[in-house]
Amino acid sequence: MIAGIDIGSRSIELVCLRDGERVLMRRLPTTFDPLAQIDSLLADVKCSAIAATGYGRALAAKALAQNGLPAVETITEIKAYALGAAALAPEARTVLDIGGQDTKAISLAGAGRVLKFEMNDRCAAGTGKFLEHVASVFQIAIEDFGAYALQGQEPLAINSMCTVFAETEATSLMARGYKPQDIALGLHASIVKRTMNMLGRVGLHHPVLFAGGVANNPCVVKLVTEALGHVPIVPDEPEMVGALGAALHAARLSVPA
Amino acid sequence: MADSEYREMWEKLDLDLPAHDALLEVLGKFYGDIYMSQQGRLQGMEYLDFVLSEVHGLRIKELQDAKAEGRKIVGTFCVFVPEEITLAADAVHVGLCSGADAGTELAEQLVPRNTCALIKSFIGFKLARLCPFTESCDLIVGETTCDGKKKAYEAFADHAPMYVMEVPQQKRACDRELWKSEVLRYKEAVEKLTGTTITAERLRKAITIVNDRRRALQRLNALRSANPAPISGRDALLINQVSFYDDPLRFTQSINALCDQIEERIAAREGVAPADTPRLLLSGCPMAVPNWKLPYVIESAGAVIVGEESCIGTRNIRDLVDESGETVEDMLDALVDRYLKIDCACFTPNDERMDNVAAMAREYNADGVVQYSLMFCQPYGHEAIKLGKRLDAEQIPSLAIETDYSMEDVEQLKTRVEAFTEMLVR
Ligand code: SF4
Ligand code: SF4
Repeated sequence: MIAGIDIGSRSIELVCLRDGERVLMRRLPTTFDPLAQIDSLLADVKCSAIAATGYGRALAAKALAQNGLPAVETITEIKAYALGAAALAPEARTVLDIGGQDTKAISLAGAGRVLKFEMNDRCAAGTGKFLEHVASVFQIAIEDFGAYALQGQEPLAINSMCTVFAETEATSLMARGYKPQDIALGLHASIVKRTMNMLGRVGLHHPVLFAGGVANNPCVVKLVTEALGHVPIVPDEPEMVGALGAALHAARLSVPA
Repeated sequence: MADSEYREMWEKLDLDLPAHDALLEVLGKFYGDIYMSQQGRLQGMEYLDFVLSEVHGLRIKELQDAKAEGRKIVGTFCVFVPEEITLAADAVHVGLCSGADAGTELAEQLVPRNTCALIKSFIGFKLARLCPFTESCDLIVGETTCDGKKKAYEAFADHAPMYVMEVPQQKRACDRELWKSEVLRYKEAVEKLTGTTITAERLRKAITIVNDRRRALQRLNALRSANPAPISGRDALLINQVSFYDDPLRFTQSINALCDQIEERIAAREGVAPADTPRLLLSGCPMAVPNWKLPYVIESAGAVIVGEESCIGTRNIRDLVDESGETVEDMLDALVDRYLKIDCACFTPNDERMDNVAAMAREYNADGVVQYSLMFCQPYGHEAIKLGKRLDAEQIPSLAIETDYSMEDVEQLKTRVEAFTEMLVR
């Protein structure tokens, strides 16, 4: 069996392949002890090769190599998402990934080759973390926040990209009596606007594959669709694309030369 | 030279000794991690290791000795200040480095927070009394190459003997005239400072000294087009950085000796990285000592830097001063012309820079270009967009990085640079 593991800032995903087929997918929150989480994800998994991606890739690779795994490699999230997306939808030309703390836009050539990419810089504006934060201000579970925002009719303009200031803006709109659903819709729209700029910078080509945890949010998907004028490809379990890409990379490794 | 004598010297220069000790310690550790850990370095680099280890010691002692002989020390921040004139008046010309996050909070009392790290650094070093070079200067020459610097020099003048040259921002005949008058004005200022009249003979000699140093660095750069890369980008950057404050004659000689070694390496097909390592050109804002963050990240990500399109790199050495002039007037004209070829992002238009970067990428067999701009740097930030488009059109992959001297974005930088490197692996 071949494994790929994606150690993100919010969650860790594992995908295992046997003869090219996905036989196992798992996910755990990252917590403050990612190594322990990796251990429990892999506790009963016997694999011959593994590749790590994501924020914690170097740390994980070191720990895994010490555990005596035969082949451990690291790749960046950019490459992992490109490989994963190409396997799920070979026709995809652009990947949009909105994850816990990073947003990425990747333009693809065939076979998962990266032509160009963009990533947000140090702040978490426009990422899953942003949505989590504002959902907690609304006291709504993050899983339900998209559906809630979809009840809004008039998206209210949220001008600040900064998570903290956007919260201030949202609360002051609430205090002025605006409909909270409209405010929530505005917050979703602000993420999508930022994302579109990023897609534009890599030279947007269709079809777009939308990956990462935020692709589970129906409101973001709807707004992205409207903004693109095209329906993006949203895979099942979009947060698994990075781990899948890592596993595919590991599979290449284990092929005897 | 005993450490205690250095301490005495630093005390006389009124450095903040405990803070200075801390700085040297960090610098030493940083240097160890980034430089001494490299595999297969050239022997000639020992000279640079030595110069750098003595940067606040022996070199400052030399400056103090020069001062004791009555020579003056001129400090600069930009490659526009004509070193030939300083040297012709028998003064010492040093580039003041500003590549570390020190005294930032103090600096933010003089300049706005959204000022580039380079400006904050030189102000911070001064206000925190950390830099023995700055403290040794009899004159510090600034230039009007960006609004940030222009305004910062006004505030800085309350703390240091400041002189500002006006660099034009276009390259028409009238701009050349302005620049020429500024060069003449600088000549007079230096003559007044030193009490030495610049004669044709003195100026000719100075031009040769600086040209020779440029020729040695040109030679080094030309050798870097070899594959496998014979020298790491970090080492080459260090050489360029040291060229700003070491004695020019000694420096030129050492670099030529280093180039001899590099030639042997190339003949033996040896390098610092395997021949299939992605080769990157670094382009953009200057990288003053000890700003090694991005080069370190790049070369740790499995790429090798084969050229620096920077003021601490080719922008400073690409063009020579014509040496055929007979009179002071001829030579000053030659200087004016040479300096106006600098393709700093402060110029408008500045298409030559686009051409130069693309040509360099080809000359050095680079697989891609990493554009580096300091956060809040308007000129290079703007050109990053323009240059990105130009490189796209020429099908030269490029990556634009905007950062500062802090370490908080290292992980994100790593991801970006690694992903760019993955993209280029054939
Ligand atoms: S970038 Fe421009 S202003 Fe800065 S050192 Fe170079 S020439 Fe001078
Ligand atoms: S880096 Fe940019 S903003 Fe800073 S001094 Fe240089 S030109 Fe000015």
